[in-house]
Amino acid sequence: MIENQEIREISHHELVQNSLQLKSHNWRLVQICATRISEGFEFTYSFALDYKFLCLRFTILEDEEIMSISTVFAPAFLYENEIQDLFGVKIALISVNYDGNFYRIDKKTPFKDTERNG
Amino acid sequence: MSTRSIVPFGPQHPILPEPIHLDLVLEDEKVIEAIPSIGFIHRGLEKLVEKKDFIEYVYVAERICGICSFIHGMGYCQAVEEIMDIKVPERANYLRVIWSEMSRIHSHLLWLGLLADAFGFESLFMQSWRLREKILDMFECSTGGRVIFSVNKIGGVRRNVESDMLKQFVDILSGMEKEIKSISNIFLDDYSVCSRLKDVGILTKQQAHDLGAVGPMMRASGLAIDTRKLGYSAYGNLDFEPIISTEGDSYARTYVRIHEIFQSIDIIKQAVAKIPTGDIEMPFKGFPNGEYFARLEQPRGEVIYYVKANGTKFLDRMRVRTPTFANIPSMLEALKNCQLADVPILILTIDPCISCTER
Repeated sequence: MIENQEIREISHHELVQNSLQLKSHNWRLVQICATRISEGFEFTYSFALDYKFLCLRFTILEDEEIMSISTVFAPAFLYENEIQDLFGVKIALISVNYDGNFYRIDKKTPFKDTERNG
Repeated sequence: MSTRSIVPFGPQHPILPEPIHLDLVLEDEKVIEAIPSIGFIHRGLEKLVEKKDFIEYVYVAERICGICSFIHGMGYCQAVEEIMDIKVPERANYLRVIWSEMSRIHSHLLWLGLLADAFGFESLFMQSWRLREKILDMFECSTGGRVIFSVNKIGGVRRNVESDMLKQFVDILSGMEKEIKSISNIFLDDYSVCSRLKDVGILTKQQAHDLGAVGPMMRASGLAIDTRKLGYSAYGNLDFEPIISTEGDSYARTYVRIHEIFQSIDIIKQAVAKIPTGDIEMPFKGFPNGEYFARLEQPRGEVIYYVKANGTKFLDRMRVRTPTFANIPSMLEALKNCQLADVPILILTIDPCISCTER
């Protein structure tokens, strides 16, 4: 194993609070990843402090809305717009919201499909 | 009173080999704000993981970008290898380091050429690319390819490189060092070049940290973080320190990349001196089950490969966080308060790869 990677399970209601805590300890956002799961979506927010790597994880149901953390971590707006476009997840209060027009793709929310095409 | 106007920049622009659009809000000639627009060529390669099994997907990962193709393949393999607990043979790890560092030299020389072209120094552009050609020749000798090598496989590498050839590479690189030194003097000391780069597009250390900058963009602002220091592959056995600068301007980003070329040559020499004999791949059976975030240092900065597997031959999720995507907020910050005439070179100094961003 190259490095220990902690994945901390939280509720989506705790996201902003946890983000504020990490920000106050000088962690920085390195990526946000959404994954389609049968009951909805799984989110993983990754943060780094020097070489340490920490992930916050939660799941939501298909129609649930989550809060943006772009007011806490400015670069989050890019990841959140990407997730809105590809997965169709509603994200409230994004600092710069492209409203589904971040990617110019023919098929709307292509990653929302649950049936595999393989 | 100054006049405020909005100038569209891109998606087609002489400075941009790939499409990205910016709406530049100007007060007279000064940029007040830049609003980015990407997604002109989004390819959905992450979605393709549903159609290609986890072994075939190496070929897709390599095609995310033509410049850091090798490290894309390596990052994907590394994530799967961690999940399956495959111990890659040491010789393969060293070969991966050698090809990775050659990719870094090739990428930085390509970027130097583009920079020279952008400020109209054609002979400097040609000299940079002439040197880059020697790296491409070494790729061709050792892998059979000049852009996409297809030498990475899960569990190791497909091709061995004989020790005679490795020694030849060291000789070629030693010769190149002198030539690169000669062109780097122009990039770092020439009056007219410096006047286009110094004090342009400053990103402070705090801004680089808060905006999630990676790679030379981050290190040029004084943050000494280089993902290779995690020690993946054979990097843990090699001696190097992150190259940094503290000014955070376009000149500092040029300085960091130039010195990283010399550092990569040194790393290759160390790797050739230490590479052990032995196997180049570890056979494995079964399918991956689990998840892992592989973090690697590409020429443009840290790349993150997330792989989530379910015990079948098809993965649940494969995601790539590319360095250019991470550097967009920093670029937007650096553009603030610069002159319109400096915008093209400033955009270039993040070394944007839209192909990676639009994976």
